[in-house]
Amino acid sequence: MLITKIKQRFPTLKNNPALVYLDSAASSLTPQIVIDAMNEYYQKYRSNVHRGLYDISLKATEAYEGARVEIAKFINAEPNEIIFTAGTTHGLNLLAYTLAPRLTHRDNIVLTRMEHHANLVPWQQMAKHYGFEIRFIELDTTSYSLLPTSFNVIDANTKIVSFAHVSNVLGTIAPAKEIIKIARAQSRALTIIDAAQSIAHIPTDVKDLDCDFLVFSGHKMYGPTGIGVLYGKKVMLEEHLEPFFFGGDMVADVTYADAVWNDIPYKFEAGTPPIAGAIGLGAAVKFIQGIGWEGIIQHEQSLTNKLINQLTNNGVQIIGPKTSNDRTGVVSFVIPTVHPHDIGEIVNRAGVAIRVGHHCAIPLHKMLRLTGTARASLGVYNTEEDIDKLMEGIKNVIKIFEK
Amino acid sequence: MSDPLYQEYILELYRQPHNKTVPAEFDVRHKERNPLCSDEVEIFVKFDSAGRVTDIGFQGEGCAISQAGISLITDHAKGKPKEELKQMTTDDMLRLLGLPNISPARLGCATLGLKALQKSINNPTQK
Repeated sequence: MLITKIKQRFPTLKNNPALVYLDSAASSLTPQIVIDAMNEYYQKYRSNVHRGLYDISLKATEAYEGARVEIAKFINAEPNEIIFTAGTTHGLNLLAYTLAPRLTHRDNIVLTRMEHHANLVPWQQMAKHYGFEIRFIELDTTSYSLLPTSFNVIDANTKIVSFAHVSNVLGTIAPAKEIIKIARAQSRALTIIDAAQSIAHIPTDVKDLDCDFLVFSGHKMYGPTGIGVLYGKKVMLEEHLEPFFFGGDMVADVTYADAVWNDIPYKFEAGTPPIAGAIGLGAAVKFIQGIGWEGIIQHEQSLTNKLINQLTNNGVQIIGPKTSNDRTGVVSFVIPTVHPHDIGEIVNRAGVAIRVGHHCAIPLHKMLRLTGTARASLGVYNTEEDIDKLMEGIKNVIKIFEK
Repeated sequence: MSDPLYQEYILELYRQPHNKTVPAEFDVRHKERNPLCSDEVEIFVKFDSAGRVTDIGFQGEGCAISQAGISLITDHAKGKPKEELKQMTTDDMLRLLGLPNISPARLGCATLGLKALQKSINNPTQK
């Protein structure tokens, strides 16, 4: 498929022809086929799942479970290993709340210095209750890669290793397989991957990664908001993870005194799930597969290189790896004499949407001694012209502030 | 070139802010953060016995709009009684900045200094 024609498939871009959308790391745009899939549910077979014996409820169940199958194939998992959540933050909180009570003051968990608040704050709060230590894999602040010499913070007392596959600030890709191997060898620690920033940009194979859990959001992979996925290895979901929410659909039998849980994944999906969201996410997966990884990676790497080169040539400082091989198209930058807020304001005048600030990673910015950064992040719909438009804006920023 | 937002006096105050110092003596201080960008400024104020500002200064980084705003409000506050400063509104601050039509997204930047000053008077953290 021709990447140049993809813009036409996104109503937000069609309805805003002047918009240059470079904020896909915050939320990607939604293609027409995803909206159509959700509309079809609302207009033709709107009903609850797993309940009615009537036709449209059966169709709703079929579509909802069909989406689970599509998503499972997409990450090389089994369908009953896919739990629908509200998003990455929901998935990480669910894991923190459920796994932390088994930890004590003798234990530690390991994160990295480049975590989003969603993979830091829940653990901090749990540590206050259960007394475990939080350790960090360090960041090389020259290459912006994780420092292999610091992987030894994982030791015999490490119970959980949880990390972002891709940094939402730096674009750095974590050496996930290596970290997971070390976690297994040192202590059989549970491993959790925050795939929010990788899921739409690099292929994910949970069997190859060998992680115990992996979480992501629908809205960063061309799907709707309010839906996400918690993947868990079958044995983990069946034997090691207790339900977090209780209610209907997650039970097999209930008495006035107690309840017996349903099978996986249903024991983790209490209440009526986000049916339209799941159906939309299934359509988003098909959209990504329709383009194909080869095309996506080639397109995004080529644009990332252009973006980095153009910024660097104009004296802008990149906060992240400098070549596209070890990073994705999340490109944060600073202009030393200009505050990121002012950069965002001025490029917006040319219709260019970028994110400015701390990107929900305040500790990382403080460690790098930055008050904030400006961040341009790519999606499949971006083009070379988008980068040219951004650069016009950046040149204007420099012109206004250099006098 | 006259930019509607980044006018020369705003940029001048950004490059060389006024009152960006910690006064030798002060009665109250307050740290205020803009939750949108996590910019943080701390304000220090000294009053005379009648409650008039005799010295004022601030510390902290921020965007052009917030740095210009806090420069102007700290200039404006000198010699003014607490009560008058407490009454100041967002519109007063925008008039002081000369930016009556600022976008909602930048309102927090424009009023960061005013908020810090008013909170230092209302909920004083003693030095």
